[in-house]
Amino acid sequence: MERTLLAPPLSSHIDTGSEAFRKNREDMLEQIEVIDQLLDEAAAGGGPRAFERLASRNKLPIRERIAAVLDPDTPFMEISPLAAYKSDYTIGGGMVVGIGVIAGTECVIMGNDPTVLAGALTPYAGKKWMRALEIARDNHMPYVSFVESAGGDLRISPTDPDVDPERVPNGLQLDHFAQTGRFFYELIELSKLEIPTVCIVFGNSTAGGAYQPGLSDYNVVIKEQSKIFLAGPPLVKMATGEESDDETLGGANLHAEVSGLAEYFAEDEMDAIRQCREIVSHLNWRKPGPDPSFDVVEPEHDPEDLLGLVSRDLRQPVDVRDVIARITDGSRFEEFKARYGPTMICGWSSIHGYPVGILGNNGVIYPDAAQKAAHFIQLCNQIDVPLVFLQNITGYMVGKDFEADGIIRKGSQMINAVSNSTVPHLTVIIGSSYGAGTYGMSGRAFGNRFTFLWPTAKIAVMGPKQIAGVMSIVRRGQAARKGIEFDEEEDAIHVRAAEEIQERGSLALYATGAISDDGIIDPRDTRDVLGMCLSVVGNTPIEGADAYGVFRL
Amino acid sequence: MITSILVANRGEIARRVFRTARAMGMRCVAVYVDADADAPFVGEADVSVRLPDNYLDGSAIIAAAQAAGADAIHPGYGFLSENAGFAQAVRDAGLVWVGPSPTVIETMGDKLAAKDAAVAAGVPTLPSTTNPSNANAIGYPLLVKASAGGGGKGMRIVASAAELDESVAAAKREALSGFGDDTVFLERYVAKSRHVEIQILGDQHGGLVHLGERECSIQRRHQKIIEESPSPVVSGQMRADMGDAAIALGNAIGYQSAGTVEFLVDDATNEFYFLEVNTRLQVEHPVTEEVTGVDLVREQLRVAAGEELGYGQDAITFTGHAIEARLYAEDPANDFLPQIGTVEVFEPAADPPVRWDTGVETGSVVGVDFDPMLAKVVAHGPTRAEAAGRLALALERLHFGGVITNRDFLAATLRSDAFVAGDTTTDFIDRIAPNPQLHLNNAELQGTAIAAAMWLQGRNRANAPVLASMPSGFRIGRLPPQSITFQQGERLVSVSYQRQRNGTFAVESLVSPVDPDALGAQSQGEASASVAVVKNWADTHVDIDINGLRHRARVSANANADIVHVQSPRGTVTLHVLPRFELPGAEINTGGLVAPMPGVVLDVRCQPGQAVNAGDTLVVLEAMKMEHHMDAPADGVVAEVRVSNGSQVANGELLIVFEDQTDA
Repeated sequence: MERTLLAPPLSSHIDTGSEAFRKNREDMLEQIEVIDQLLDEAAAGGGPRAFERLASRNKLPIRERIAAVLDPDTPFMEISPLAAYKSDYTIGGGMVVGIGVIAGTECVIMGNDPTVLAGALTPYAGKKWMRALEIARDNHMPYVSFVESAGGDLRISPTDPDVDPERVPNGLQLDHFAQTGRFFYELIELSKLEIPTVCIVFGNSTAGGAYQPGLSDYNVVIKEQSKIFLAGPPLVKMATGEESDDETLGGANLHAEVSGLAEYFAEDEMDAIRQCREIVSHLNWRKPGPDPSFDVVEPEHDPEDLLGLVSRDLRQPVDVRDVIARITDGSRFEEFKARYGPTMICGWSSIHGYPVGILGNNGVIYPDAAQKAAHFIQLCNQIDVPLVFLQNITGYMVGKDFEADGIIRKGSQMINAVSNSTVPHLTVIIGSSYGAGTYGMSGRAFGNRFTFLWPTAKIAVMGPKQIAGVMSIVRRGQAARKGIEFDEEEDAIHVRAAEEIQERGSLALYATGAISDDGIIDPRDTRDVLGMCLSVVGNTPIEGADAYGVFRL
Repeated sequence: MITSILVANRGEIARRVFRTARAMGMRCVAVYVDADADAPFVGEADVSVRLPDNYLDGSAIIAAAQAAGADAIHPGYGFLSENAGFAQAVRDAGLVWVGPSPTVIETMGDKLAAKDAAVAAGVPTLPSTTNPSNANAIGYPLLVKASAGGGGKGMRIVASAAELDESVAAAKREALSGFGDDTVFLERYVAKSRHVEIQILGDQHGGLVHLGERECSIQRRHQKIIEESPSPVVSGQMRADMGDAAIALGNAIGYQSAGTVEFLVDDATNEFYFLEVNTRLQVEHPVTEEVTGVDLVREQLRVAAGEELGYGQDAITFTGHAIEARLYAEDPANDFLPQIGTVEVFEPAADPPVRWDTGVETGSVVGVDFDPMLAKVVAHGPTRAEAAGRLALALERLHFGGVITNRDFLAATLRSDAFVAGDTTTDFIDRIAPNPQLHLNNAELQGTAIAAAMWLQGRNRANAPVLASMPSGFRIGRLPPQSITFQQGERLVSVSYQRQRNGTFAVESLVSPVDPDALGAQSQGEASASVAVVKNWADTHVDIDINGLRHRARVSANANADIVHVQSPRGTVTLHVLPRFELPGAEINTGGLVAPMPGVVLDVRCQPGQAVNAGDTLVVLEAMKMEHHMDAPADGVVAEVRVSNGSQVANGELLIVFEDQTDA
């Protein structure tokens, strides 16, 4: 018997000939084009001359290193490829993080891009690195690092003489030194958690970088290429006056033959990559999570239609079931409480054969919708089914009637369920994601496993008009209290400026630039991205929650 | 009445005899040696009996027949098929011998005695002598032949008196090792000749017919590889004359069972000379069966059981034209040296309909123990041209890999103008020199490599232990495209590809020489971009559309998937996948002489420190019952001799090391 859910396929009729669909699709494709160009820019790293310099030393660019370590024809999902968007740093942040398959094993792969600041750790790279470690820990996946880093970015300021006028307001603040360095703690904790860590040192691995091999389970060094030391010859000279050179201070021979830091000695980069694959192949990796429960069937409705579903004007409504019909196996969807709390769509389906509970927004969250979501999340935890959140949410409903109906109490029931749910959560922001809705629909801050954005998504504490309007009302009140005349003209300028800044700051690209998510995806890739994540989360047991906070029933 | 028959043979002929014997209601008994324990014929027999040593052990075979309850023995060809002592022993054991009488075998087995019998029967013969000092009377070039020989073993052409002694010595050695008798004789060599033979069939009651001729002129190493019936040059009158001569000889010696009277036909004059009588079923018997409709094995079995033929010469009719090609594990590009290995795939196509008499199947191991013939392929058509075309196509459509064969060479021969024109003399191969291997142009090679790459990616996806349902090479973010490089002969072809959102693959391919400095290396081709659409993938094939041209490519691979066999319209193309990663220290020592196949060293002709010239024979190796002279590839100095006379060597073993000339 075919293994499938018995629920019938959703019927979903989209007028692909309509003006609105055509316009939405054009806008979406235009935004995808922008993103594609940025991805090319990220892949170009430090630019052609830096690539030539690598090639002249028989070294491979980081993306070729990663391609070489992967099993042929397997998928690779890069995490936050557009980090540092519109910042003072090269887009991508000088580091590649992703999930790929090595020797049949899903691994987290982190690699410094030596063409960007010689692999020095930018603040963005630091945040990406933390995310890589988090993915490895949360999903219990082997962690492979391709290290080639000059160490910390010691420059006083990364300021570019041609500062982009669109750069993030105030930039990203560097943490104080005392707050940094958590990656080392996380790295050795992976080892404690029986998550293997494999480190290949492709070049310099200095100072803090030296602790990466120091704290990894398996180290591979490369002849006449790897250089690992706490302090390079200049700092040694400054600290003790001792004269030294790279090779004797921390070369591959030293670490493979004398210091004992390296377990494996490679002739060249490809040899190191080969040994990395051999190491992963011996890890005896077994996934405790389930294999796909159902046959994998393409959706009945064409995922191409996803391009024309959402408008840049996020006030235009979207029936999230039209999205569900284009990402689930055979478009099947068993809707839960279809007639109750209709702005919260809940139901069961499967994606790439993995059973899922899906929550999607068809409007603002009302008290009954919140309660329905809490109920549904508990049911999925009872049966150990992962949750997929499709966010298109302006928030929880406000106003007298809804306060009276207990929106805070019922909204909190939902947040209680989301927070304490222990099945994996995967979140895709397909439209708006505002305020408490961001959290309630299992946003990044709520410990979901993965978050992805559609290109036209917007994420903020509230809508730009609402923020600007609220600030205007506040200013008006202050003026009244102080008894001074309210300057309407000046206020109008403030409102316009605030709206513009807030609008820009809420765009998906700025969110992803700040690594607040795992990346922007083409809507047509949603099914495959979720499918890959559902496989990845199976490196941990899928086990629902036994207990929640008090539900304020 | 025969109810159970033992076939004292192996491979395709054992299966061939089984087929008819079973059709006649007989049970089938096989004998086998350890090297054949897994061969198809062993499994297909009703009972199989292991032989302790070899297929020449007559008493063991007779004991096997008795143990298995067989009441007759069919010897096949080769081995004991023309051994009068064995035939007699079979009869003495109370078993039916499927073949002519021991006396006839003995007489005809001695080529000199056979020649005398032919002369007595009024059949024309070539001048010959057993005394090498009479060589001049015969004239050069002449042929040295083993008196007890057959199948080209122990046979050498001698072009001048200077080569005579060495050739006689070599022929004697081969004759001794091959047949246990080192008697040789010299015979006039007709350079431009044809080999035409007449099939005869007699019963125990004086019935004797001939079934027309077979022409077996396309030979290499004096062994036939393409045979046909009728001969393109034999007229009705000539057929009648040759048939009469064969019948006259057959009657004179009282021939019964199936036999062959061989003639040499001078291409210039169409005069024919008796060569010998083969007192057995011939390898090439199927072409006669196809044109006459007579099952020769059935007739052999009937006659052996004492039945009368029941028909006369008038009943024998000839319909259309049949051609047989012998598929050998051998390398036409390297002097037809026998090849060994595992047959990774052997799959004849359903069309065109031809007869496959095969001894191997997918997974069979071709070793050094036996003749490396894999199969006989026989096409029968209304005309010679149609039969040749059909046979060529059947060979081209055979999906085969794992061992180097003469398949492409056979197809090229059958497709050659000279063959089609019937210009098939025994020097055909030297004269026409058909392509020894399938040669693809760069574009064809690229297309084949793309099909292989697409099949392999499908295989990788189908076998993926995780994320198997994801699109091939799915990417979020940017990584270089998938890439794979194949080697085919002297060329490398690299294919890089990236699956597109619409499911097609954007492909780039590039052909380059393996050794860019090699003389005649083709210049680096242009990278060519294509769009490949995998319409359907299965572990047996891929339906692929490349730039709008769609075809189904049968594809298979060895267990590691590092050798891929792709069926192109012109034959199977074997591509070696270059490893993604090279193990350090895997370089092969090339500064020496390496055994081309397993064998025994007969003669080491050099010693350490000796200066040798290119072409000097340094080692004589015996393998596959043939002598192979291994010559110095270049002028140099021998540094090390790693073998001595009698050494058993493995394929690829280093025999002689030369001094490194770069130090000089």
